[in-house]
Amino acid sequence: MDVLLGIGGSDDSLWALECAVERAQVAGDSLSVAVLDNPDSDRSREAVAERARTALADAGLGGDVRTLDGHPGSALVDLAEAEGFDRIVLGGGETSPLGKVQLGSIAEFVLLNATVSVTLIR
Amino acid sequence: MSRVYPDEVAGPYDAPPRSFTDREDRKTEIRRYDGEFEALAAMYDDFDPEDRAQGIPPADEERIREWLETITADGGINVLAWHGERVVGHATLVPDTDDGPTAYELAIFVLHDYQQAGIGGELIRGLLGAGRAAGVEHVWLTVERWNQPAVSLYETVGFEPSDTGSFELEMSARLR
Repeated sequence: MDVLLGIGGSDDSLWALECAVERAQVAGDSLSVAVLDNPDSDRSREAVAERARTALADAGLGGDVRTLDGHPGSALVDLAEAEGFDRIVLGGGETSPLGKVQLGSIAEFVLLNATVSVTLIR
Repeated sequence: MSRVYPDEVAGPYDAPPRSFTDREDRKTEIRRYDGEFEALAAMYDDFDPEDRAQGIPPADEERIREWLETITADGGINVLAWHGERVVGHATLVPDTDDGPTAYELAIFVLHDYQQAGIGGELIRGLLGAGRAAGVEHVWLTVERWNQPAVSLYETVGFEPSDTGSFELEMSARLR
């Protein structure tokens, strides 16, 4: 399966990176990573891309890492559809001080607009 | 992160304790939480899964206890509704250190059989009164958009929408 992971640098997206890499190894999937412009993230896109390249290389996965400009949700959906990915994987949101699950804005957009399957990592 | 809060002060409401008779004629007391952990946990063991919101309360007993230990820890403010020896409602303020030293997240839970009897309104007023007395200035919450009874209750006690751009509606209030 060709899997496209979208990460913007939030904590839940980095957790998703870890899980997606592990899953791709087990399943023998091909994993590509798109680094998105998440305005809520403090981490630079270069740093996030570097982290993704390291994670893929360490796991012996050959997938590519690229940086997408513009509106993060639509850029990810467009890429997945243009290049025929089977699945989009994203971070599944963070928890509030009270413990409520809060879906990020990118995940919301992708869930409502993607025509391929979407997996949120918790 | 910085949230928008209304200019106007909500209430002010009186801090608990207080007693009242609910619309089903049940004598109910609102009191600050005072270490009655087992009675509180028992309420969540009886909680209708249909009334869960955004993953809380957690589904199994062990995780309910872990969650309650976190939110009843020092720094939080908890108010309970008692019917006799039974806890039937719980409202909580949990410090949100990301949003300044006086900001708190609010949530309220009422057992299914005790809903729509006026208990939620008494609980939330009691919680806001207790919060104000403890120096809480800013309170926010998220609520599922379709949950109109909850949204109306929050509006009645002084909450205003602060973020309308997400799945869940975020609302905020100023206590002081």
